[in-house]
Amino acid sequence: MQPPTDTLAPPDLNFDSEVGDSASTVENPTVGIDQSVGDFTYDVKYAFDAGSGLNEGVIRYISDVKKEASWILDFRLKAYQTFLEKPMPTHWATKDLENIDFNKIRYYLSQGQKPKRTWDEVPDDIKRTFERLGIPEQERKFLAGVEAQFDSEAAYSNVKDIVAKQGVIFCNSTEALREHPEIFRKWFGKVIPTGDNKFSALNSAVFSGGSFIYVPKGVKVAMPLQAYFRINAENFGQFERTLIIADEGAEVTYMEGCTAPKFSTSTLHSAVVELVALKGAKIQYITVQNWAPNVFNLVTKRAIAMEDAEVKWIDCNIGSRLTMKYPGVILKGKRARGEVISIALANDGQHQDTGAKMIHAADDTTSVIVAKSISVGQGRSTYRGVVHIPKHLKGCKNNTECDALLINTNSRTDTYPAIVVRGDTHAVQHEASVSKVSEDMIFYMQQRGLTEAQAMSLAVNGFVNDLVRQFPMEYSVELKRLIDLEMEGSVG
Amino acid sequence: MSAPALSTTPAEGFTSTRFAQHLSQRAYLPAWWLEAKKAAWNQFNALPLPSRTDENWRFSDLKGLDLSGFTVPEDHSQKIPNHSGFAQAAEIVFSNRQVVARSHVSAELSSKGVIFAPLDEALRQHGDLVRTYFQKHPANLGSAKFVALNTALTVAGGFLYVPADVEVDLPFVIQHTLTGNNVSVFPHTIVVLGPRAKATVVEFFVSGGSSSVTASTLARSAPAAERQLVSGVNDLHAAEGAQLTYVGAQRWSRETLAFQINSIAVERDARVLSLNLHLGGRQSRHESHSRLLGPGAHSEMLSLTVADGDREFDQRTLQTHISPHTTSNLLYKNALLDTAKTIFSGLIIVEPDAQKTDAYQKNRNLMLSDTAEAHSLPGLEIQANDVKCSHGSTSARIDAEQEFYLQARGINPTEARRLLVSAFFEEVLNKLENEDLHASLTALIADQFKK
Repeated sequence: MQPPTDTLAPPDLNFDSEVGDSASTVENPTVGIDQSVGDFTYDVKYAFDAGSGLNEGVIRYISDVKKEASWILDFRLKAYQTFLEKPMPTHWATKDLENIDFNKIRYYLSQGQKPKRTWDEVPDDIKRTFERLGIPEQERKFLAGVEAQFDSEAAYSNVKDIVAKQGVIFCNSTEALREHPEIFRKWFGKVIPTGDNKFSALNSAVFSGGSFIYVPKGVKVAMPLQAYFRINAENFGQFERTLIIADEGAEVTYMEGCTAPKFSTSTLHSAVVELVALKGAKIQYITVQNWAPNVFNLVTKRAIAMEDAEVKWIDCNIGSRLTMKYPGVILKGKRARGEVISIALANDGQHQDTGAKMIHAADDTTSVIVAKSISVGQGRSTYRGVVHIPKHLKGCKNNTECDALLINTNSRTDTYPAIVVRGDTHAVQHEASVSKVSEDMIFYMQQRGLTEAQAMSLAVNGFVNDLVRQFPMEYSVELKRLIDLEMEGSVG
Repeated sequence: MSAPALSTTPAEGFTSTRFAQHLSQRAYLPAWWLEAKKAAWNQFNALPLPSRTDENWRFSDLKGLDLSGFTVPEDHSQKIPNHSGFAQAAEIVFSNRQVVARSHVSAELSSKGVIFAPLDEALRQHGDLVRTYFQKHPANLGSAKFVALNTALTVAGGFLYVPADVEVDLPFVIQHTLTGNNVSVFPHTIVVLGPRAKATVVEFFVSGGSSSVTASTLARSAPAAERQLVSGVNDLHAAEGAQLTYVGAQRWSRETLAFQINSIAVERDARVLSLNLHLGGRQSRHESHSRLLGPGAHSEMLSLTVADGDREFDQRTLQTHISPHTTSNLLYKNALLDTAKTIFSGLIIVEPDAQKTDAYQKNRNLMLSDTAEAHSLPGLEIQANDVKCSHGSTSARIDAEQEFYLQARGINPTEARRLLVSAFFEEVLNKLENEDLHASLTALIADQFKK
């Protein structure tokens, strides 16, 4: 196993230079500055490497280096069998999935299993990655806790004292299952069973890293907790596992960000994220997905919401080659509420196949889905949704809105919702529209001295503005900037 | 594919022997037609039944797709429901595959070149014309196997040809009646409108039933619970500037497994309105595919369903915009009662060249029972950016405020509900220009609610 070599960013993606002072200098950048921010890699010596390809030995190796309890190894081995048995979902999903070569992927790479509690202890080669991405700075500014995952394991994990004193547990999956099995084992793999789909099975077999969070009864975590996922090595597969439990009346906001360098070979990111909102709890989960355009991002995210609980997914997908992700909420308790806010931006060579699932399983539950997508160049964005209101329920409500904006003549968008309603006491409404930016609007702005690119940018920002406003400030500013950059190359 | 297993043992009744007999009885028909039938027979046997992973059959009851035990009826029934509710240009009535009544088009229309004939006759007299349009644009929405069965065994069906610039105001009527237990029928109707021609075609699909049906109206004939199989296909073509209205109304028996596959081809500046009324059957699948082939083409796709009892209505639609400046509008309304189940799966495809498309798709489910189940899969696949495309789907009960308004004015709850349901349907029926036809369909629907 050769450790990855220092890969230079392609010259046109120089992350230090300002891209596109004027629109005419940019030729429809398939990756704007957003991706070039993360487009670098350092030569890191991995102490633990499971090699390429997947077999039982790899799984035993991962479990062994993590010194896991035997039930976890059994769980992994069983999941591996399920993974082998499950077919690729290409009867409804894109055939691009067939380009994933499971034998070329490296399933575990780390420098060690124990994350550092201070940035000073983090090895220099890893620390400079996160410093370059601005993680320590963000932590000081506005986060209650941070976990920074580098390939398979968290390199850094810390939660501010004030939060820790409230009894909040925030650690990686290995530590959580070892130190707090009484809390986490109960829900682990319960919201998303191993066999949910081929990739959830794969994750269950080889998972490493991710965040396990427990917020005790009535505790409201004032600042967000954040995880940052970094892929450094080529041909690497990242399989983090996240489980967040908000006990009765607790409230927590969790944010995740990610980057990876752009390699010519494909990289696989396949996470499983389970949220448990007990009675009256509130969980907000924010993702800004910004993977390099060679990453297959195949993620299963689902929450369970008990009586009067609220779960809100804010899911923003800008990067990756192919993303397939449909955050869901199982509305298990009466009056539970689920919400998915989804923004997707697909540029050339990208397919954002995103959406939401709302499974109503109790009376008077409500769900809201608002999805907006922008397709630029030959980008393709797809909305897939499920709203399920099965028998014998009363008074359930769902409202779904999907709007797609097509920027160029060859941009593509698809919408595939599936709505099942049983009974006459529910109200379910779905609306979708597809449009381009109004010529009148662009003309109006150009009349007032804006360039076409500026006008387009403003129009697109206006299109997603009502959703972006729901993001934490830092993220919404960043998002607006990303959209500006993506738009600059798209016109003229 | 597990094709070999199927081809050696096709469903009982549809054996190779029976098929060979079917062919030999029709040796007088054009050779291309017999060849098409043979190819279709092989295709039917080679194709597997839909499977669980087939997206075109998502949510459908696959266990209900049981073709075993059906035979092709040899004789026709005398108990043929009749409907004389509106004036007609001409009519063809089939009973168990045979023409039992027929009125011809007027001499005037005939002299202008209008052809309205049973398929069999059209094949003999206008074989090339039929050949040009027969399955020119297959629907391709998942029922290839059942379409192949239709081609292989079809006998009953109408052929309408209206030449350029001929306008016919009165509707052409085709009626298919099926009577008996374990019997099947395979109607295939082809409608061809030349440039700027105008016509209306109404097709009725009904089970005769063993109940004493006399010359009462179709509306009053109660379909009996006889096990029947129907696989119907139609090819509708509107050439440049033509205007076609097509109404298909089905009221099969409670135990009928029915497929009806529509293909609609709309050329430049042509306009097709299709309205399908679904009232009967145990499991009824309806597929409709509109292709907008020339600038200015418009397709209006309408459907009304009264889903009662434990029936399943399975509707799959596709609006394919191939040419720029084309428009389409789909409105499918379902009223759900008892333990009925409906599936609406629609898709709008805008091809890369079809800029300036304006397409709309709406499915509305009126939930009238706590045990009825509505599935809605409204889809879009858009590959051009200068378009206006949207879809909507709602599933809800009758508006409580409207109900209250009527009750406050002394209208009892049952009557109020009936009024609100007919109002729900009226939006669709109002799109028909022919008032007599409108009234006739209203009566059919009202009757379904009376039971």
